[in-house]
Amino acid sequence: MLSIKNIGLTLGQAEDQNEILHDISLDFEPGKLYVITGPNGGGKTSIAKVIMGIYTPSAGKIYFDGSDITGLNITERSRLGIRYAFQSPPRFKGITVEKFLKLANPEITVNQMHWIMASIGLCPENYLTRSADNSLSGGEMKRLEIASVLLSRTKVALLDEPEAGVDLWGFEQLLNLVTASHRQAVERTTIIISHSEKFLEAADEIIVVAEGKVQERGNMEKIRPLIEEGIECRWRQICLGEEELYETQQP
Amino acid sequence: MKLNSLDRELLKEIADLHSVPPGAYNIRKNGAALGRESKAGITIIPKEDRPGIDIVIEPGTVDQSVHIPVILTVPDLHDVVYNTFDVGAGSDILIVAGCGIHTSTGKSRHDGIHEFYLRKGAKIRYVEKHYGAGGGAGERVLNPVTILHLEEGAVAELEMIQIRGVDNTVRKTEVYLGPHSRLLMNERLLTHEEQRAESEIIVHLQGEGSSAEVLTRSVGQDRSLQVFKASLIGYGKCKGHLSCDSIIMGAADIRSQPEIWAKSAEAELTHEAAIGKFSGEQIMKLMTFGLDEEEAIKTLLEGYLR
Repeated sequence: MLSIKNIGLTLGQAEDQNEILHDISLDFEPGKLYVITGPNGGGKTSIAKVIMGIYTPSAGKIYFDGSDITGLNITERSRLGIRYAFQSPPRFKGITVEKFLKLANPEITVNQMHWIMASIGLCPENYLTRSADNSLSGGEMKRLEIASVLLSRTKVALLDEPEAGVDLWGFEQLLNLVTASHRQAVERTTIIISHSEKFLEAADEIIVVAEGKVQERGNMEKIRPLIEEGIECRWRQICLGEEELYETQQP
Repeated sequence: MKLNSLDRELLKEIADLHSVPPGAYNIRKNGAALGRESKAGITIIPKEDRPGIDIVIEPGTVDQSVHIPVILTVPDLHDVVYNTFDVGAGSDILIVAGCGIHTSTGKSRHDGIHEFYLRKGAKIRYVEKHYGAGGGAGERVLNPVTILHLEEGAVAELEMIQIRGVDNTVRKTEVYLGPHSRLLMNERLLTHEEQRAESEIIVHLQGEGSSAEVLTRSVGQDRSLQVFKASLIGYGKCKGHLSCDSIIMGAADIRSQPEIWAKSAEAELTHEAAIGKFSGEQIMKLMTFGLDEEEAIKTLLEGYLR
């Protein structure tokens, strides 16, 4: 079980400091798929980066399987089974796709490598020897990034906007891969940061984050009435960050 | 041919040799020939007027290799060698050169001047690795000069690598391209501590339809200094691309001066140059795979200089 307790996050220096997260507490159970959604700049990615150890919280604690991991760095958390797929994946000059996947999982077999490549829609024969650099498109790199998290013995998979930059056909494939991989890894906690309604529908629990705070929490059934009761504009404003749409639909 | 453990270590580093190479070879140690063998189609002849060898490759020689490594294991030696390759028409061979210096006292220096004549349709893959070891107060200096003349339809693939251990280097590469000939050049360089490296590359795209792709990648660490001067000169209908890419770390100092020079409206020349550092996200991504920061940077370096 992963728990974050009373997490606060302040970024920037001196006069430019911004309080990004305010007193956030969340429990993530093994085997469940969570989607964190909300407007841009609301704090979703910051929560994922705090869990991965990329950001150091200014307040609060993080517990994983009963241990306090707040003081652990990225490497140590990774070795515990926490993995993070960046929203904008970095690229690696001279590191081949094959090497990249082997770095993600040194025990990966050739068959597993071919399977994961096929699952993300990249032909292994064409892509394994290519460099994971600018020669790959944004969508191809993004799919590879997701694969690097899912193919490992990951206990907590943090996927930051997996749909971003992926075409419609690729998105369906990615959605299937993420959900199937989650089901197969019985004890895995999957936390997806997403605006996609398809990911929202696949979630066991949806967490709406805005202005650095948890605004709503529940499954799709709990959230759906908000839409059906005619509060779609508020829903879209909170969840999708479409403030302009909200304004234009005012009577 | 007697090789001690140090010789073997140096030969492994510069030429990936674990024993006597299968093809033609000339192994030079501390200014003298340690072993030499010609093979069918490849004749190695010592020069009479100056130190060095002539390597004559008969026309049509294919699937053969020539290894000509140099090792220096004594201090205060200035070794100068002139090697000339005459690669016959239609040949296709691998040439492995390189120099390894091991000294912990004094200054050891090797100046290797290599000149290549690629006849019509000849093709070579030339691999040159430079390596230094020994530490201490020893100074290891390597100054290679590589000159290539490509006749019609010839192809030269150059892989020139210097990773660690060389305190001072001035590298000069000059290529003259005939009609429809092609150059692919990859230079990889890593300097650290107080090391100094200068590399000058001049490519003359003289023949109609000639082409060149020159890629240099370097990493400067600690307080090391690197200077790159690379120039593509197009004289007529030709294509050339020049890319100088460097990673700067610590308090290193890197200067990059790519130049393209068209002497004809038919010349298509492009260049790009970048000096930057590994990004925090690249390092962090590898740390999310379980590598610590040092391992992550090492992995990035290995990939970048591959």
